[in-house]
Amino acid sequence: MGIEIQSLNYIYNAGTAFEKQALKDVNLKIPDGQFIGIIGHTGSGKSTLIQHLNGLLKATSGKVLYNGENIYSEGFDMKKLRSNVGLVFQYPEYQLFETDVFTDVCYGPKNLGLPADEVKRRAARALKLTGLDEELYKKSPFDLSGGQKRRAAIAGILAMEPSVLILDEPTAGLDPKGRDDILDQIAALQAERKITVILVSHSMEDVARYVQRIIVMNRGKVMYDDKPANVFKHFRELERVGLSAPQVTYLMQELHLKGWPVDTDVTTVEEAVEEILKYCRTGSSVHA
Amino acid sequence: MLRDMTLGQYYPADSPIHKLDPRVKLAGTIVFLISLFCFDSVDSYIVATLFLIFVIRLSKVPFKFMTKGLRAIIFLLIFTSLFNLFLVPGNTLVQIWKLKITDAGLQMAIFMSVRLVYLIMGSSVMTLTTTPNDLTDGLEKALSPLKKLKVPVHEIAMMMSIALRFIPILMEETDKIMKAQMARGADFDSGNIIQKAKNMIPLLVPLFISAFRRANDLAMAMEARGYHGGEGRTKMKPLEYKRLDYIGYLTLAAYLVLMFIADRAVLVTRLADRII
Repeated sequence: MGIEIQSLNYIYNAGTAFEKQALKDVNLKIPDGQFIGIIGHTGSGKSTLIQHLNGLLKATSGKVLYNGENIYSEGFDMKKLRSNVGLVFQYPEYQLFETDVFTDVCYGPKNLGLPADEVKRRAARALKLTGLDEELYKKSPFDLSGGQKRRAAIAGILAMEPSVLILDEPTAGLDPKGRDDILDQIAALQAERKITVILVSHSMEDVARYVQRIIVMNRGKVMYDDKPANVFKHFRELERVGLSAPQVTYLMQELHLKGWPVDTDVTTVEEAVEEILKYCRTGSSVHA
Repeated sequence: MLRDMTLGQYYPADSPIHKLDPRVKLAGTIVFLISLFCFDSVDSYIVATLFLIFVIRLSKVPFKFMTKGLRAIIFLLIFTSLFNLFLVPGNTLVQIWKLKITDAGLQMAIFMSVRLVYLIMGSSVMTLTTTPNDLTDGLEKALSPLKKLKVPVHEIAMMMSIALRFIPILMEETDKIMKAQMARGADFDSGNIIQKAKNMIPLLVPLFISAFRRANDLAMAMEARGYHGGEGRTKMKPLEYKRLDYIGYLTLAAYLVLMFIADRAVLVTRLADRII
């Protein structure tokens, strides 16, 4: 069933001098099991949008339907929604508070009212998924490195075993290796459990490799909502709103202009290499 | 809840009050507050009311922002009114069981509430029209004579402006952490008082850590830019009185004179006496 957003508007500080419309008439359908990237410039409304998906923000107008049920209707179980729609905030390591990593990860499932052994089982499984060293489980979260803290915090959400996982800039401030590790693990988790994953980022490069659908936000509106290749076709428009297509898009476009009959729709480096090699092989045979 | 406090929340607008030198506004606020305590005749309170309305209109800040600060003292207001209403001796007007409402009590209750409301609104005018930075700048300059007495005026002002600067940051941080923990199923609203206090731990621990981290970062950044306290430090925008500020002081003086005359003349009181 998934999530459906209908003509959603959100205004910050309504009725004051600081009033600002963060979302304007957003309509989206998020079916189960999709891997989606939400991309937008700073202040484009992407973080505001995702906070509506688990009911942390209440829309000024419009509807959010979870499995067909309006989450703003009376008697709707918000706590259950939040356990089904897991939201990992930006810099999630700042939410760690317990005396050791394992207990901190237990916090989420414990709040769901699960029995103690199930809580522990889930925490262990979530920690394993993030690839955090087992010897760190009993350490204070504040003694970990930045990347390790990030993993522990993500595990805190994974332990609730949500069916929709939203990550707001999960790789901000991480080195390239840490970034790739975390994104790879998320992709593996998505493939294995068939959960919905929504990845919020401002880097096309990061997102292009993993997602099957990209939603581009600009000034509170949905600008594009399509397959990555189709979105990147608009690379000139993307640049105008402060974004960019992945570097391979530019390379392929340049090659195309030079008269190479390459497919400009490729989105990852691997596909581009394949495409260029294909041309080189056929091209050299033509020349020979 | 925390957001309802208007004190320390600047409302940007283009008005003569906003443009006044912060020292004028500081002096004005202090004079207004003291005048509320020094004069207690109906006549002088009418002058104070007119003056307050005049300043609020001039400041272009919507009236509802002025009253926002009152929410914080609503209980104080209710308690003072009730205590005055029932406990001040005088001629009994109404008697409910052992509780007596007297004429003096009623008068006192109304009077004290008005005074409290004016106190808050008077200081709200200043905080709504002055940025915290301007305010501490003004304070530093106004208190600078104390430097001769070895009072670290600059350091105090700097600490104040840092503290004020951090209020919105920490509020935002609180909001963020609260949401992050709510996404993990935290519940900050239900349970008894002990349970509620316990539920706050996941909010308070990260908040404290973040406050210390920010303080540390700020100290480093200040030191990296060669900050060494107030000695020999100049200002980018030194405070200087302009024409508007002198007009401000004159208006203030006129207000005081009017208050004094009104208090002596007791026109309204006499008029009321004659009617009765």
